[in-house]
Amino acid sequence: MLRNQRAWRAGTDGGPHGDEVVRLDNATLSFGRHRLWDSLTFSLKKGEFLAVLGPNGAGKTTLLKVLLGLQPLSSGKVEVLNRAPRRGSSKIGYIPQQRKFDSQSPVRGRDLVRLGIDGHRPGVPLPAVTTRSRVDAAIRSVGAETYANAPLGKLSGGEQQRLRIAQAVAGDPAILLCDEPLLSLDPASQDAVASLIDARRVAAGTAVVFVTHEINPVLPYVDSVVYLVDGQWAVGTPEQVFTSERLSELYGIPVVAARLGDRIEVVTSHGGALMDLMDEEKCRLLSAMENEGHRGPV
Amino acid sequence: MGLFNNLQLPFAQHALLACTIVAVTCGLIGPFVIMRGMSFAVHGMSELAFTGAAAGLLVAGNAPAGALCGALVVALLIGTLGDRESDRDSSIGVILAGGLGLGVLLLSFYHGFATAATNILFGDLFGVSNSQLILLLVIGITVIIAIVAIYRPLFFASVDTEVAAARGVPERILSIAFLVVLAFTVTGAAQVVGTLLVLSLAIAPAAAARRFSSSPLAIAGLSILIALVAADGGLIASLQFPSIKPTVFVTGISFFVYIVSRIIGPAIKNRQNRALQLEEVVN
Repeated sequence: MLRNQRAWRAGTDGGPHGDEVVRLDNATLSFGRHRLWDSLTFSLKKGEFLAVLGPNGAGKTTLLKVLLGLQPLSSGKVEVLNRAPRRGSSKIGYIPQQRKFDSQSPVRGRDLVRLGIDGHRPGVPLPAVTTRSRVDAAIRSVGAETYANAPLGKLSGGEQQRLRIAQAVAGDPAILLCDEPLLSLDPASQDAVASLIDARRVAAGTAVVFVTHEINPVLPYVDSVVYLVDGQWAVGTPEQVFTSERLSELYGIPVVAARLGDRIEVVTSHGGALMDLMDEEKCRLLSAMENEGHRGPV
Repeated sequence: MGLFNNLQLPFAQHALLACTIVAVTCGLIGPFVIMRGMSFAVHGMSELAFTGAAAGLLVAGNAPAGALCGALVVALLIGTLGDRESDRDSSIGVILAGGLGLGVLLLSFYHGFATAATNILFGDLFGVSNSQLILLLVIGITVIIAIVAIYRPLFFASVDTEVAAARGVPERILSIAFLVVLAFTVTGAAQVVGTLLVLSLAIAPAAAARRFSSSPLAIAGLSILIALVAADGGLIASLQFPSIKPTVFVTGISFFVYIVSRIIGPAIKNRQNRALQLEEVVN
């Protein structure tokens, strides 16, 4: 088992629980006989950018569900903002896995953003000046002014994703949970979306948990990494986790990791990409189990 | 004039009031039915409202009360059996077929007024009695209050399920509440257009409204407006042409508006978007 309990950033020590917004202590999650992760331990401080990496089915999305209070742990402890995660916390902004809106969807970007502020409240969303100015501010913060009134379904993936960010930050969260927000975006949009999320972190001290397949688009912003592979995990700075030794240990086969300029490249010893390491059938099975698990407590 | 005189008659006023109540409720729930992909559920409910109505007729001579019971039973069955979206269509299909068969059996035991059966299937607007009108009013007010109360979270859960769940919107409770509201609405609409044609008021107006606008509130308003035009307009037309059932006009108008929306809707929507974008740029 690989662990790194070292404080991630020198100089931010405010006592053991000072600025911590997320804390997992020996968190274990199993579905039936399959153990998603075992004794996962890490913490996240205010204003930190945490990337969660790993192959499909390793439990990255499930980790977010745990933090959202939608998925209980099998054992261990989790704390969000110094208490057990609670469904519907207004302190958490959530960007779900990219699913494009239907072209006939009866919503405009503006409506989506507003839902992030008061969508959970009963009643009819009547026009209100204060809500409108909050929506406008959120839309401005992601530079979506020109298309915020257009039907959401007619926008590009990158534009929809910007509005998703606006929706998540409109409620002024202390933690931002992002589930593969870069998936199926072109490289320019990937950079734009990643830097917008980081801009929010810098401006408001929001802690970011960023689930991704690919470290490189977020490498400039990342403070720390949680790497999940088939029940095993590694935690640390990118430099600590992305070493040939660590990743080989995680995957259980020889892997070469190298820093090339501002990128990290990881290949197997025979040159294959890492994503191929788990065979597809297994991935499918695991993510199916994960989805089952979301329907209720195990 | 003839029409004006006709509208003075109590039966016509009853019918007009009934149409108005039903149109408002149908127009209100329609956009949610479409967003949640529940058109077939509405159809299933209305078919089973027929079975309920047949039972009500047989047992107590009261079709609407029976229809309401039938629709509520289906709402609960869909809520429990068709929980997962993938199962829902098939379980509704099974419930629908089984229930309809039962309805036919029940009707074969009924030896009362012969047109009672066709009235359930195709509507009996001019036969609305005082007690039925009161039932419709109660249903209408209940539906409006319920939808207004859950409007925002239901909308959230319908268009943006994951984030709504993360924000603590209780999707399960809302979806059951919506099924019950739907059962009430369907029963009311069945009174006006008959169980076979409920979709003409519960789906068509909302489907047309979606073609004209992308703003959720505008869609809700338009959907109610189109339902009102179809229901009240259909009634008035049938007062002018008494040999044709109002149902024909109601379904005809709503179908016509839908066709128009498919033809000119995209152009209107595009113009709105361009205007809005311009406004935004100017600002």
